[in-house]
Amino acid sequence: MNTLIAVSGLGIFCLLAEIINLRKAIVPVSVVALLAILGLTVSEFNHPSSWYYNMIVVSNFSVAFSSLFIVLTVFLILMSGDYYKDKPSKFSDFIAIKIFLLAGAIAMVSFGNLSMFFIGIEILSIALYILAGSERLSLLSNEAGMKYFLLGSFASGFILFGICLVYGATGYFDVAEIYELSQGAGLPIWFYFGITMMLIGMLFKIAAAPFHFWAPDVYEGSPTLVTATMSTLAKVVAVATLYKLVTGLNKEMPYSFEIALLAVAILTMFVGNLLALRQENIKRMMAFSGISHAGFMLLALLSLTTAAGTLFYYTAAYALAGIAAFAVITAVTKNKETQNVADFNGLGKRHPILAAILTMSLLSMAGIPIFAGFFAKFSLFTQTIEAGYLIAVIVGVVNSIISIGYYFKLILAMYNKEADDEVASVSWVYTLVAVVAIALNIGMGIYPSCMMDLLK
Amino acid sequence: MENILNHIGIENYLFLSVILFCIGVFGVLYRRNAIIVFMSIEIMLNAVNLLFVAFSTYHQDAEGQVFVFFSMAVAAAEVAVGLAILVAIFRNIGSIDIANLKNLKG
Repeated sequence: MNTLIAVSGLGIFCLLAEIINLRKAIVPVSVVALLAILGLTVSEFNHPSSWYYNMIVVSNFSVAFSSLFIVLTVFLILMSGDYYKDKPSKFSDFIAIKIFLLAGAIAMVSFGNLSMFFIGIEILSIALYILAGSERLSLLSNEAGMKYFLLGSFASGFILFGICLVYGATGYFDVAEIYELSQGAGLPIWFYFGITMMLIGMLFKIAAAPFHFWAPDVYEGSPTLVTATMSTLAKVVAVATLYKLVTGLNKEMPYSFEIALLAVAILTMFVGNLLALRQENIKRMMAFSGISHAGFMLLALLSLTTAAGTLFYYTAAYALAGIAAFAVITAVTKNKETQNVADFNGLGKRHPILAAILTMSLLSMAGIPIFAGFFAKFSLFTQTIEAGYLIAVIVGVVNSIISIGYYFKLILAMYNKEADDEVASVSWVYTLVAVVAIALNIGMGIYPSCMMDLLK
Repeated sequence: MENILNHIGIENYLFLSVILFCIGVFGVLYRRNAIIVFMSIEIMLNAVNLLFVAFSTYHQDAEGQVFVFFSMAVAAAEVAVGLAILVAIFRNIGSIDIANLKNLKG
């Protein structure tokens, strides 16, 4: 709870700083403040509490994920400092919106009441609509904003209808009360309709097939840093919320739900990976890669009671690798019209450090050992086998192999092709963010148990 | 006052809301004019608000009505952002037909 209040206060500070002419201080102050808030959040670990009639419930799950979101936001804000340098008049707005986005994310993982869940999801979504359409004069950004807005609010409508039906069936918004009632028989059929509609809405938000079609367009059209926000922070938030929602509302999923989720996960992995193979635009490729990772994360929902630690590890590994990759992508494509794979030709000679980091983060996403991505996939697969879904694991392994195809396309372009333009200078901020993110990823890979056992 | 729900029945409110919600869904899926699409989204959200109020009376519980205020505020914020994006599009291409938004594909 304190985290949420502090983050909102920081967002308001960013807006005020513009008025009192402290624009230069915004990035350093918000980074330091976010690190302080991170300390505050971590100190709440193992001290579960609930606030305001169970509106906000602080548990180890919410603390762990909130800390991850804060770390990701710190990286994104560090990069914003350089990214928005040529738009000084809108600078504080961008930073403030990102911090409010974080507030929505924290509300989403620590809700104890469905109204808090809905408000959190809307705070996050509205902030992302603004960011996606934030390049006002670019037609592509406008289009991305519009598409995201239409499909996002469409999905919100489904979630709202789902909440309404659950309320109608049980008479409560409080998740704990609904959990109690869902044990007993005799609930009207609306209850299951409601849960299904909420699940469909959440699958829209995490871009799982067959509700994934908006993601590639939106990711391609948005400004690159916003794409980084969506594919790391927003995706991780949505998956964590889906997990919390499903575990919060029912003790054990009915078998039919599990089969449906299994089908969605398998379809998502295949759609993401197969379509990524033929993409030339790198943001589009990362979008499809993100879709396939959403499929992997959905596998965690098949073993609900034990999956929290694995899911946390997987999302952290994916998000840190994503931040490192997008730091490099943002730096390389900063002043270019296109963001094609060809723009990375010869990066290995021009910027050896950036190329090495991008290679490492792609290897982590593909699941090569040493990097955290490998152990994340490994424990996820082990758990899925224990839950009795061998078929999901076979599909997952096949998909990991397919994904190497397009990750290596980019790696080969960096090292084997000649550069066709001269060296552009890269701000040190991107290098710093990329190095720290990939170092954290490797650290997680070397000591997997220290994070995996957090949520036992 | 007698509870009017006893005469009408909660199911009828449910059917009405589902019909309104479906009208909204089909409006979003099939109309090309962005303003009409926005209106369809509003119909979806307001169908849910109607059902919230009906359920709130059914359960004799004020929470549902309070939730309606939240969802109205959220819907207003959402549409404000949507209209801002729409204005940006109109300034760039001079049209609000969403069929024109076809630059991103592959």
